[in-house]
Formats: sequence, C-alpha cells, structure tokens
Amino acid sequence: MIGGLFIYNHKGEVLISRVYRDDIGSQAADSAVFSSSGPFLGERLGGSVRNAVDAFRVNVIHARQQVRSPVTNIARTSFFHVKRSNIWLAAVTKQNVNAAMVFEFLYKMCDVMAAYFGKISEENIKNNFVLIYELLDEILDFGYPQNSETGALKTFITQQGIKSQHQTKEEQSQITSQVTGQIGWRREGIKYRRNELFLDVLESVNLLMSPQGQVLSAHVSGRVVMKSYLSGMPECKFGMNDKIVIEKQGKGTADETSKSGKQSIAIDDCTFHQCVRLSKFDSERSISFIPPDGEFELMRYRTTKDIILPFRVIPLVREVGRTKLEVKVVIKSNFKPSLLAQKIEVRIPTPLNTSGVQVICMKGKAKYKASENAIVWKIKRMAGMKESQISAEIELLPTNDKKKWARPPISMNFEVPFAPSGLKVRYLKVFEPKLNYSDHDVIKWVRYIGRSGIYETRC
Amino acid sequence: MTDSKYFTTTKKGEIFELKAELNSDKKEKKKEAVKKVIASMTVGKDVSALFPDVVNCMQTDNLELKKLVYLYLMNYAKSQPDMAIMAVNTFVKDCEDPNPLIRALAVRTMGCIRVDKITEYLCEPLRKCLKDEDPYVRKTAAVCVAKLHDINAQLVEDQGFLDTLKDLISDSNPMVVANAVAALSEIAESHPSSNLLDLNPQSINKLLTALNECTEWGQIFILDCLANYTPKDDREAQSICERVTPRLSHANSAVVLSAVKVLMKFMEMLSKDLDYYGTLLKKLAPPLVTLLSAEPELQYVALRNINLIVQKRPEILKHEMKVFFVKYNDPIYVKLEKLDIMIRLASQANIAQVLAELKEYATEVDVDFVRKAVRAIGRCAIKVEQSAERCVSTLLDLIQTKVNYVVQEAIVVIKDIFRKYPNKYESVIATLCENLDSLDEPEARAAMIWIVGEYAERIDNADELLESFLEGFHDESTQVQLQLLTGIVKLFLKKPTETQELVQQVLSLATQDSDNPDLRDRGYIYWRLLSTDPVAAKEVVLAEKPLISEETDLIEPTLLDELICYIGTLASVYHKPPSAFVEGGRGVVHKSLPPRTASSESAESPETAPAGAPPGEQPDVIPAQGDLLGDLLNLDLGPPVSGPPLTTSSVQMGAVDLLGGGLDSLIGGTNFVAPPTAAVPASLGAPIGSGLSDLFDLTSGVGTLSGSYVAPKAVWLPAMKAKGLEISGTFTRQVGSISMDLQLTNKALQVMTDFAIQFNRNSFGLAPAAPLQVHAPLSPNQTVEISLPLSTVGSVMKMEPLNNLQVAVKNNIDVFYFSTLYPLHILFVEDGKMDRQMFLATWKDIPNENEAQFQIRDCPLNAEAVSSKLQSSNIFTVAKRNVEGQDMLYQCLKLTNGIWVLAELRIQPGNPSCTDLELSLKCRAPEVSQHVYQAYETILKN
Repeated sequence: MIGGLFIYNHKGEVLISRVYRDDIGSQAADSAVFSSSGPFLGERLGGSVRNAVDAFRVNVIHARQQVRSPVTNIARTSFFHVKRSNIWLAAVTKQNVNAAMVFEFLYKMCDVMAAYFGKISEENIKNNFVLIYELLDEILDFGYPQNSETGALKTFITQQGIKSQHQTKEEQSQITSQVTGQIGWRREGIKYRRNELFLDVLESVNLLMSPQGQVLSAHVSGRVVMKSYLSGMPECKFGMNDKIVIEKQGKGTADETSKSGKQSIAIDDCTFHQCVRLSKFDSERSISFIPPDGEFELMRYRTTKDIILPFRVIPLVREVGRTKLEVKVVIKSNFKPSLLAQKIEVRIPTPLNTSGVQVICMKGKAKYKASENAIVWKIKRMAGMKESQISAEIELLPTNDKKKWARPPISMNFEVPFAPSGLKVRYLKVFEPKLNYSDHDVIKWVRYIGRSGIYETRC
Repeated sequence: MTDSKYFTTTKKGEIFELKAELNSDKKEKKKEAVKKVIASMTVGKDVSALFPDVVNCMQTDNLELKKLVYLYLMNYAKSQPDMAIMAVNTFVKDCEDPNPLIRALAVRTMGCIRVDKITEYLCEPLRKCLKDEDPYVRKTAAVCVAKLHDINAQLVEDQGFLDTLKDLISDSNPMVVANAVAALSEIAESHPSSNLLDLNPQSINKLLTALNECTEWGQIFILDCLANYTPKDDREAQSICERVTPRLSHANSAVVLSAVKVLMKFMEMLSKDLDYYGTLLKKLAPPLVTLLSAEPELQYVALRNINLIVQKRPEILKHEMKVFFVKYNDPIYVKLEKLDIMIRLASQANIAQVLAELKEYATEVDVDFVRKAVRAIGRCAIKVEQSAERCVSTLLDLIQTKVNYVVQEAIVVIKDIFRKYPNKYESVIATLCENLDSLDEPEARAAMIWIVGEYAERIDNADELLESFLEGFHDESTQVQLQLLTGIVKLFLKKPTETQELVQQVLSLATQDSDNPDLRDRGYIYWRLLSTDPVAAKEVVLAEKPLISEETDLIEPTLLDELICYIGTLASVYHKPPSAFVEGGRGVVHKSLPPRTASSESAESPETAPAGAPPGEQPDVIPAQGDLLGDLLNLDLGPPVSGPPLTTSSVQMGAVDLLGGGLDSLIGGTNFVAPPTAAVPASLGAPIGSGLSDLFDLTSGVGTLSGSYVAPKAVWLPAMKAKGLEISGTFTRQVGSISMDLQLTNKALQVMTDFAIQFNRNSFGLAPAAPLQVHAPLSPNQTVEISLPLSTVGSVMKMEPLNNLQVAVKNNIDVFYFSTLYPLHILFVEDGKMDRQMFLATWKDIPNENEAQFQIRDCPLNAEAVSSKLQSSNIFTVAKRNVEGQDMLYQCLKLTNGIWVLAELRIQPGNPSCTDLELSLKCRAPEVSQHVYQAYETILKN
C-alpha cells in the first residue's frame, strides 16, 4: 500500500510529508549492509525518508527532460505523481500496490483539498497545513484509502477544529455511522423548505478530422451533474432516452415511440457515482439512488454513434515559396438556426519561424499571438446553419532547419445549448416515503450544454 | 487564520523559544507552538529535542491539538523510544473515551508508533477496539492489526488477533469488512503458505454482498482479494463473474480495473462455447475504452493494462482501433502506449486507417514518438501482408524527408521487411544506398550493412560501399563490426574475384587487431571455413534464413498469464512480476491463471490452450536491439532454425525447464543462479569433506564438534498448493557443512519424476551445492528423504525478513514456489572464536547504538549448561565473570559472510524465581541481531 505522501512546490521544496510505512526510503541501506567493507548505515527513520523525498526531487521535479511516465521507479521505490498548477503530489511505495487506486486517490485528495480551501496553490497549502495533515490522517490509514467523501469529512474535520467538546453522544455516533455507513455520502435529517433539484447535462464533443473532411474519430463524453436540495433520504430514479431502455419498453408499441419523435441514443458505456445501485443498473438498466446533498456528478457516459458535430472546419494551407504561407479557414455551423453557439474560438497554428501575419476575417476578431505560435480567431455568437471565413498571410523567416514544420491541427472551442449526443432527460422521480412531499412538489430544472473537447481538424 | 507564517521562522535559538512556548500556560500559545514544531518537522528540521515538551501537551481535550501532538509522536517516537513510553497512558485512556472518534484516533495513532515497548501496551486496547460497538472504531482497529503485524508478527499471532480479524469479515458494517479484508490480504502476503484468507464459497458470498455496499476503496480491496480465489468449477466462476460485472460501471477507474482483473482471471475457467462467455467478452470492451477518457495518469495505467489484455484476448478490443488514435495534446507517455496498442490491433480490416495515422505521427516533434511511429509502420508491413507494399512506399516517403533519425529508423525496419518478404522489395535498395552517409547510429548502420551484404549481387558498387565502412572499423560498435565482417564474407562468396583483398582485410582486422572475443571467434570461424571448404562456407553463410514472424515484442506467455493476475497493480504498469521490483518476501507468491475445470475440458481446442501457441506457430520474435548480436550469429552461422525450441508444449503445463528463461522471468529477472558444482568452499574453515562428516555424525554424540541444533521438520509446501507434492524440511549444520534436509511426499495419484530445486537470491548467498537427487520416481503415497548440501557462495540480495529463503521446486508436473525462514545458527562458523583482547577491542569499537537487548524467558539453565549448549552450535564463550551473584558470559560467533556478533549473556543462577536470561548483542550489522537472538532462544530451549 501507499508508504508515504509528499506535496512539493515547483522548486521541489517539501510542503507536506506524511509517512505511513517505514519501508520507503531505506534503499541506500540495503546494498551497503552486506558488503563487509561498506560503510555502516543505521540511519534513523527521519534520515532515510529524506532519501525518498530527495530522490523524487532530483529525478522527477528537477529532471532535465520532460517527464516520460507518471510512475517512476527509483532504487526499487515507486513514485506516483500528479501535478496541479505548480504543485506536485507524490505517493511513494515499495510494494506492488494497485496503481489505478493510487492515482484515483491522488485525484480524490486534490478534490478534497479543493473542497476545503479552494485552489491548490503553495500559499493555500501552507495556510492549511494543519488541516491537510488532519485530512491525511483520516483518509489514508496505513496507506489504505478510507472514506474520502467531502460531505462526510466536513461533519467532523472542520477548519475551526474544536467541535468535539460540544458534540452530544448522538451527534458523535451519527458522524461515525455516516463515515462508515452504507450511505456514507449523505447525512440524515436534512431539511429544505423548498425541495428543488437541478440537472445539468454537460457534454464535450471530441473530433479528429482529416483535411479532406473525413471523420477520423469522434466521440462525446458527457456528464450528468445534479444539484439536489431535497429533504430527508429521497429515493431518486433517473431516466433518459437510452436506446436499450426505450427498445425494451417499446416492444409492441414501437410505432408509438417513433411517432412521438423520441429519438433514442446508443450509449457506448457509462459509469456512475457511488450512490447509484450498480447491480440494479446491470439487471434492469434503471438508475436509482439516494443522492448526496448539494452538487455531485451522477454519471458519465460516452457515445460514438450519430453525433451532431456542431461545427465543420475547412482548412486550406498553401505554401508560397519558402518564406510565405497562405491560410484560409472556413467554419460552418451545423445545428438548428434558432440556436446560438457561444464563445467560439478557432486556433490556427503557425510555424515557429513566423515573422509576421496579416489576417482578414468576416466575423469576430482575429489576432496573431506570437507567444502561442497561433492565430486566434474569436467569435462571440453564431447562429446555426451559418458560415464564416478567415484568411491569413504568414511571412516566414528563412531557416536552415531541414526538418519540415509538423503542422499541428487546427483546434476549435465553442459552447452550444444542446447535447451533441442527442441525450434527453426523460424523467427524474423523487420518492421520500417518510416525509410528506411527493414527486410533484419537487421543482426540477434541466439544462443542456455542449462544449468542445478536443475538436481538431488536421491541415 | 493563516498558517503559512509557521514556515518562515528560521532564527537561531528557535528551539529554546519553542520550548518556552510549549510550556506556556496559555492554551492558544501552546497550540501555536505545536504548529510551529510540526511545520519545522515537515521541512526537514530536526525538532526531536522538543520531545518531552510536546508530549506534555498531549493531555488535552482539544482534539486539534491532540492530533498535532500525535502526528509529532508518530515521527519521532522511534528515535526516542524511552520517552515515547510517557505517551502510553494517554493512549490507553483515550481508547476508553466515550467519543468514538477519539477512541479510533488513539488506536490508529498507537499502531503507527513503531516502538516495541509500546506495542505491548497496545494489545489490550486493540482487543477492545476490535470488538467496539462503533463501526468506525472497528474499521480503524482492523487496519491496526496489520500495522501491529508489520512490527511484531509473532505477537499478533500469539494474541489471537488474526482470528478476531477473520471474524470481522462477517461484520455487519461493509467498511469494517473491507478493511479487515485489506488487512488480512496484506498479512497473508507475508505468509504465503498460511491459509489465512480461507476463501470458500460462503466467505466469497459475504464479500460479494459487502461489495455492493462499501465505499469505492473498500470495493477495490474486496475485488483484489476475490482475484486470489480459485472457484471450484466453471459454474461458480460464472456466478461470481455475474456479480462482479456491475462494477464495470463504477466511476472509480481502479474499481473498474480490479473488476476486469477478476473477470479476466475467472474467464479462463469458462468454456468458450458458453453464451455467457461471449456476453462477458462484449461487456469488457466499453469500460476499457471509457478508461481512456480519464485523467492522463490513469490513462497511462489503463493503457499498460490494455496492452496485456490485448495480448491475452485480442478479440475484446479488435473493433476499437479508433479510440487509440493519438491526440495532439496527449502527454508523451500516453502517446507511446497508444501506439503500441495500435500495432497490436492492426489487421487487414483497419490497416489503411492505421497507416494514415502512423504517417501523420511520423511528422510530429517528439523524437522518441516519431521513431516509434516509423518502427510501427514496419511492423504493420510485417503483420499485414496486404499492406506491405503501402508501408514500404510510406517508408520511402519518410526517407525523402531526410530527417536524420527518421531515415535511420526507416532503414532498420526495412531490413526486417526484406527478411519477411524476400525478393519482393529489393528495388528500393538504390534509394537506401543514397542515405548511407547520414547513418550515425549503430543499429541503422548494421541494418544497412546487412542489406548491402545480403543483396551484394544486385548492388553494383557493394564492395565500395562496404569498404567505406571499413575505414573506421575499430571505432564502430561491436554490432556494426560483426555485421560488417559477415557482410563482407557474404560479398566475397558472391563475387569472389573482385573482393579478395577486402575480405582479407576484414578478417585480419577482426582476428588480429581486435580485443573482442565474439568478433575474433567469428573471424576465425569464417577464415577457417573459407580456407578449408569454400562450398561448405557458402552453405553456411548464405543459408536460407527463417522468416520472421508477424507478432513482435510479445510478452512471454507464462509471464503474461502472471501479469493478468496483477491487472491494475504496479506489476501491470511495469510489465514485470512483483518479485522484480519488490524487496523481500512480499508479493513473491507466484500467481497463475486458474486451469480450466474438468467439465469444460472436452471443449478444449488448440485455441483455448491458455499459454503458448502450438509448436508450429511459435513466433520467432524480432529481436530487440540488445539481442541483435545473438540473432546475427544465429542467422549466419547456425543451422537453419526450422522449429522452435521443444519446450513449447510443456510451457502450456507451466512446467518450464528450471534453467530456461521462462522461470527466470517468473522469479524476477536474473535472480537465479545456476547451482554451483563446487562443494563447500574452503572459507568455511571446515577441512573435512562431506563424506567424512557422515562418519563424524555417527560417532560424535557428545563431542564439541557435533552438529548444531536441528529443528524438527516443518511442512513448507502443503500438498494442496503443489498439486500433490508435499515438502517438509529443516536445516542442519554439521561440521562446517550446511544442508537442507527435505522430505518429499507424493500425495497425488500420479508418479512424480524429474525433480529439481533452485533458490532465489538471499541474504547470505545460500545455494544448493549439488543438484536435487531423487533417484527413483516417486510413486503415489511414497515419501523420500533427501539431504541437500548447501553452499554460501550464491548471489546475495537482502531479504525481508533477513533469513527468508525463496525456493522453487520443479517436477514433471509443474514448478512450485515457497519460502521458508532458516534459523541463523546454521550460518555460525566453526572458527568463530575470538581471543579476549580481540573481543574487548571489538566490543569497544562497535558503536553503542548498535547494541541490542533481548530477554530469553524461562530458561532455567546454569552458566555451564548454557555455555556447552551454545558451543555445540558454534557460539563460543570467550570469558566468564561473576558479578554480584550473576554470571556474565561473554560470547562471540561469526557468520559465513564474515560478520562477527558479540554477546553478553547475564544469568542469575542463585535466584530460582528469575529464570530469564538477558542477552545483549553487538554487531556492525545490527539487522542480524534479532535473528541471532532467535537462534539463541531456539538453541537454549531445545
């Protein structure tokens, strides 16, 4: 299991170090003991752990070349790291641990820290180091991850700390039963005057297209994010236009479903928040759960069939001699004219030896950004079924470099008010048998947002 | 409230200030001071001097302050064990606190304080906490058992904590179950032979129920534990699979991967004809693809695993090529892994797309990635015959870019394409020859030379080209030199008239002016061949070459099967068995896929054989760079390799030849050493040969030279773990020779033959001094006793624990692994006696912190008896002293590797109520003290 966890700043200085097991960091001692003439090494724990800390700094943070792997093995010690802005989190072990679990834990650790004190930065970590140690003590025991749901943690690890004296016995046992309970993500006795819930279907559409307009790969990765403000322990059931469900129900009444215009979609795969009863989904494909209070991600899904690609990019690059490039890019919006896309940005890469750029665009604003080696074209809004164009002349400095310019793809960002996968929420039913409010009393809001993921066209 | 200010104080005299603040009356000030101490500790300053002051703050009702003090204790208790005792009372009191959070905190922290003295006090609170009414305390206590076991395994067993832990598997709270499973799994790993995790259908059922209810982490612990279970038949396997599949939809990737591991393993047992088998295959693909939309680090772990899965069961992902296309912004480690998988999935159906992609990648920026992409194009050509032509033309396009490393990489792969499709693409040779000057890497140069030599008859100026390389012959790498030698000999055999001078030149360069034995040998062989029988030379050097196979870089099947059992773990990321990167006994347990059960045996087709293809299809793998040398030798000199090695069929059974590469890779790289034929080395100081020692053994009942204490035989390998072979044994030392006395019992229904034994590297270099000789086949229910002489000249690797020995035993059925602990006294040598002066000087010389104190309880012996008992095991008494009615014995011993251990033994003969002996040991390598103490105890108590 995880032997220790360290947090470094960008210089490689240790901000947090928590050691769970002695085995880490004793590498230097191993080889020396048995060579009879070798120096005797009987370092204390404090000293030997520093070895591990330093090894990571020297070999990874201060490494000359780019990091080639998120898992590094130095002297039979394995280091897992993730980076958040300029902060490094490293988990260290000498055993054959579950690697996926270690990374999941590191991400979780980042989430928990962010939930407590916002952005993960050197300043915030230094300001909250006592809290971080307290958290690390709670969510990782002897290197085994324990309950790390922020909802539960916040009931007994608070920034003010001194709660324990005022707790009654009931409160204490409520805390422990929540932390260890089957519904560890929700506490009992939540009350709202107004029962309300918000569903956001957030999709990111990914595309890789050849210069000729052939789709090389396209998929939508979507998330259903729920904000629930519901009293008690509500039992929820979520339904969408999943092809498998619709077909199951539509047996016999197939005509009806097609008449009503309900298009169903084929979901390649989906994963759920731990509150969802997976066995029920597996057997009946129904999504039922007791939600955490507040915001959480109910599900993630992925589709690849019948994706609506909101934009088409048509590039044209012409090399005029060795010192000039002519670029023309056309974008076409491909959705209902009544809808508006927003925050549109097209990024056209330019060669490293660019000396000057002239741009003309029909709509929006375009600028050459030398530091980013790209022409950035921004359009605030654009309706469906429209077309726009940019042309640019790029002057190049003559170089001796034999190697051709790699021509990175043209990438695009945008936001559209529909789900490119075609997913529709059919219902979200709420039952709370103990309290007297029914499904009808709950105010529900649904919103669809489609964003660009990696949306690239090669040129 | 900002805490960052604590990080900034670096003034002199800081410690004194802190001390004053810690002892302040004001609570707030105290807390501030402790915070400062923790901050200094974090940045690596030594604040251990403040130990008593910080511990004084422990008695507080402020939970935050308490936690801080505990944190400090965990860090420094080990360096101040005596002071740490001061904290014990508070811990014990806290374990009784009405607040469950405080009870749990106390037991959790206590387990982290790795001081022997404290652990004794830990037992009682821990026992209570394991049965606490609050699940939070129980789940914490469960992990604490694993902590305690890590410090003192014996104590945990003696106190019966293991049974309590087993009971927790049936706890009503899922999180307690999960933590108990985690703790038991870890403890079981260090006792490979024990039956701790007694998994049976009932307990499995409990785990599967808990699986639905516990946290994401708990699900991982349970799934990882389930993966170690072997269902009794295919029906049980299927029912477990059915209950595990819902986990594939979990948001946590680690849960998904662990579920995949269970499914991949149990699938082995299902018949391919089953409908369910097909359903399961279909269910596996989507979650694997979904893993690729996780964060890059997890993608990397997922891709490394998918690489294994694709090799084991290519059918799962064969339609998913597109998701492995590289994105421009992927981190480089993701890109490289994706590329690997793309090649594995390439087939006639998707080759056009793959090639287009690869061509795109070959123009990217990262040099490693570009190289790999170019190489991938070559591999596609070899794998999919229909695409070969397009691949070659793509490669030629890339050569036209003149980018140095692209050209070199392209030439290396074109060489392979020539070998796969002889006489097809030689028209491109002219283009290749144009780029001769730009080649500066040995591999590319060697490849080019091979091409020129191989097709010398079609290249007009072959002699000039090769001659141009010859100028800097001695500056070339061996690889190029060897290739050049062979190339020129080939040229000579094809065009003897014009090239006589050239061949003589190269032969003399290789034989007379070179220091490299390989090169010289090959030179001489050619020389002799050419001078004695040119026809034979032609037959040998220009022999037809075996075609290379399509699949490359495959992981060896037995290793692959083992790695499948480790899906999700580091082993699957490194593609190495755990023994290759984990020290000591942990994780060395060899895992293998379950065999197909009897009920489905009939359905077995060649395809279903889990490991290895039938002999005819054994792939000749394209050698990696390092192997090229061997391959070239093979190519040019060896007889045409017509078939694969004959071991293939036995690979399927898992019975690899002990010395063969298969086992090596299982046990971890090159750890294995061939058993040295030499007997006991002279350094042992035993002039008597092993033959004589038998005589001595008969005669010497009392003599001082009689052998050391011999423990009764213990079962090392139970029959059920070794397909019916039971091994029990013990270690003996007699007159300087160590041996392992084994008793092999055949409890299976078939005859066992072909026994062999090997040791893994170990702390003292123990190795078999002779092969394991079982003269007759061992028939069912027969037992044979063997004494295996051991030497101490094997390879040394520090083990954990120090006296751990990992053994592999082979018979005609399979290879089995077990590990055992040998008593250290078998390593005490006969010439281990020091004179008094020497003893005194050495005792003073060894620093005091190396001194270790032990108690040997209940040993009612007097000094004489003790002394003679120990002497028979080569522990020598140097001097004896009587101080205030107590006998002090000063003793010494020497280990086979030359480490001296000095001892002071205190005996109180006058006091019948006190039968404990006090032992203090001094040694330059204090790690051995604990084991020497154990040896003392064993010898004295038997």
